[in-house]
Amino acid sequence: MAQIELKSLSKAFKTGKVLDGLDLSVEEGEIVCIFGPSGAGKTVLLRLIAGVEEPDAGAIFLEGRDATDAAPERRGIGIAFQNFALFPHMSAFDNIASALTAHGATVATIKAKVDKVAAMLKISHVLNHEPRALSNGQKQRTALARALAADPKIVLLDDPLRNVDAKLRYEMRLELPSLLRASDATVLYVTQDYKEAMAIGDRIAVLIDGRFEQVATPASIYRAPVSVGVARLFGDPTINLIPVNPQAGGDGLSCEISGAKVGLGAAQVEGAGRSMLLGLRPESLVVNDDAGLGGFPVDVVAVTPLNEKSVLLMRTRDGQEIFASEAGVENEERKPGPAFARFDPARALMFDEASGACIGSRP
Amino acid sequence: MEHSSRAERVLRGVLITAILVFFLFPILWIFLMSFQTNEEVLRIPPSLFFKPTLINYASLITGKLQTAAGSLDLAFMLNLWNSVLLSTLSVALSLLLGVPAAYAFARFKFRGSEDIAFTLLSFRFAPPLLVLLPLSLYFQDIGLNDTYVGLIWVYQLIALPLILWIVRGYFEDISPDIEYAYRIAGHSWLQTFLRIAVPLARPGIAAAGLLAFIFCWNNFVFALILASADKQPVTVGALAFVTASGIQYGQIAAAIVLSITPTLALALYAQRYLVEGLSLGAVKG
Repeated sequence: MAQIELKSLSKAFKTGKVLDGLDLSVEEGEIVCIFGPSGAGKTVLLRLIAGVEEPDAGAIFLEGRDATDAAPERRGIGIAFQNFALFPHMSAFDNIASALTAHGATVATIKAKVDKVAAMLKISHVLNHEPRALSNGQKQRTALARALAADPKIVLLDDPLRNVDAKLRYEMRLELPSLLRASDATVLYVTQDYKEAMAIGDRIAVLIDGRFEQVATPASIYRAPVSVGVARLFGDPTINLIPVNPQAGGDGLSCEISGAKVGLGAAQVEGAGRSMLLGLRPESLVVNDDAGLGGFPVDVVAVTPLNEKSVLLMRTRDGQEIFASEAGVENEERKPGPAFARFDPARALMFDEASGACIGSRP
Repeated sequence: MEHSSRAERVLRGVLITAILVFFLFPILWIFLMSFQTNEEVLRIPPSLFFKPTLINYASLITGKLQTAAGSLDLAFMLNLWNSVLLSTLSVALSLLLGVPAAYAFARFKFRGSEDIAFTLLSFRFAPPLLVLLPLSLYFQDIGLNDTYVGLIWVYQLIALPLILWIVRGYFEDISPDIEYAYRIAGHSWLQTFLRIAVPLARPGIAAAGLLAFIFCWNNFVFALILASADKQPVTVGALAFVTASGIQYGQIAAAIVLSITPTLALALYAQRYLVEGLSLGAVKG
């Protein structure tokens, strides 16, 4: 049974439509990341599910029951806000206990549960402090503990790592999935960091302009994005998009890049004769001095070593800038200058330039 | 500040002293006057040195004023009690009505909410005398003239708009997410209001309550017209010191000292709530 089910959920504010007919079904124990650029409506979606805002149309089912009109306190949800929203006049302990006191638990039960979740999140030593005496990381953990304390079936996390420093964010990115899984909850996790989404989510729901552009596992979203919009959001450096006009030939499609003829394989034959965007992940480009088969000439403009990898900024003869990233060790002698780039056609993506949709089947 | 030169520091000290003397000297002088007899007060030139007497306080508390022309009854202690009663009950009622109303105006955008809030404020636009004439006629008709209930009702014109508008601003400054978090944790709307919103707006409620109390306490004209002798507060009661045999300066000073005391005590008590930080660093800015 789906724990969270959204049916054509829509919401508009005076400034315009924010969410436009969202459908989503999240299974018990699943962690789904709502990922999208800022302003895509991620937070509004969480607020609709929490019952803080009312949808204009559509329905929300929680644990199988229609909760569209239920009051927020009756939804059995744990939530952590992006700005923490701790109760400033209560100690960290009382903050975390607030979800337990509402349900008439005994003092002993409350203490046991708060201590347990505090130990899990390593904030046991600051439970007596008021929020103003906590560091950002401790505030964030307190907010998280508050969301998890009552063992809610459904947990909503609104970009909980946004306001913490880089080190803590990295630690939490590693810790959170196991923490959340240990709590057995169904989780919706909002983020605008694709790495976070890929690290934490079982599935990622890509929200662009109020619609789910794609809902799939992190690996398949990265490998087979449904559109240019999705492809652009994942990857650092971002995916290279080269305008091409592929032609059908004896051995599948081919196109001209930087004055050289490059084979594209047979996978995306429907793209023949149309304006297309060739999507090449930087790590799928191989750069060397040898023209060889399928290589196209580029000028390496700059090399940025990033320890584990190097990022190459290159320019084609048509003046387009493309990025390649290479594993760090082998290119220490890489110098700016003319070179050739090639790629495996099987790893290339092809998008219709007009609609942005991905063409052809992908592994 | 450590960069300021010696001359600057001296100048600043002199200016601060001058300002303090300007504002505090009258109060000090009244305090001193309250321990002098009328003859000492009226002596020319005035002197800082005198033999202190408690006769003014004694006559206020016993209600017997001894003048050259004989003994006179004073209702000062009753006046003081009336002031305490009227101001306290008025402010309490205003808080009871005004704080929830302020919350409603701050949090819920309902039809006409701004208009209603503005109308409540507009009670303070008209000069009190303009309102008083029709009011006293109504009050005679419905039997509220010269009653505590009637006065407390009219005092709402003073206290309610003040509390409503000050506290509303404080409620608006609380991040709604804090309240949402408490509700999603399973608490009702009312619990959220009482345990989150009101405690967080406490500095504002304290400030507004204190101001409202001071304004009610110092009100003169409402009580002058709508109340008779046994319901009058100190502000009106002070008129009794202007007697046929002269103005009783000593008693006036003692009365002023006594009538400042409750307000001063309240201000000192409310101070600790006033200085509390508002959002106390709960929300990452």
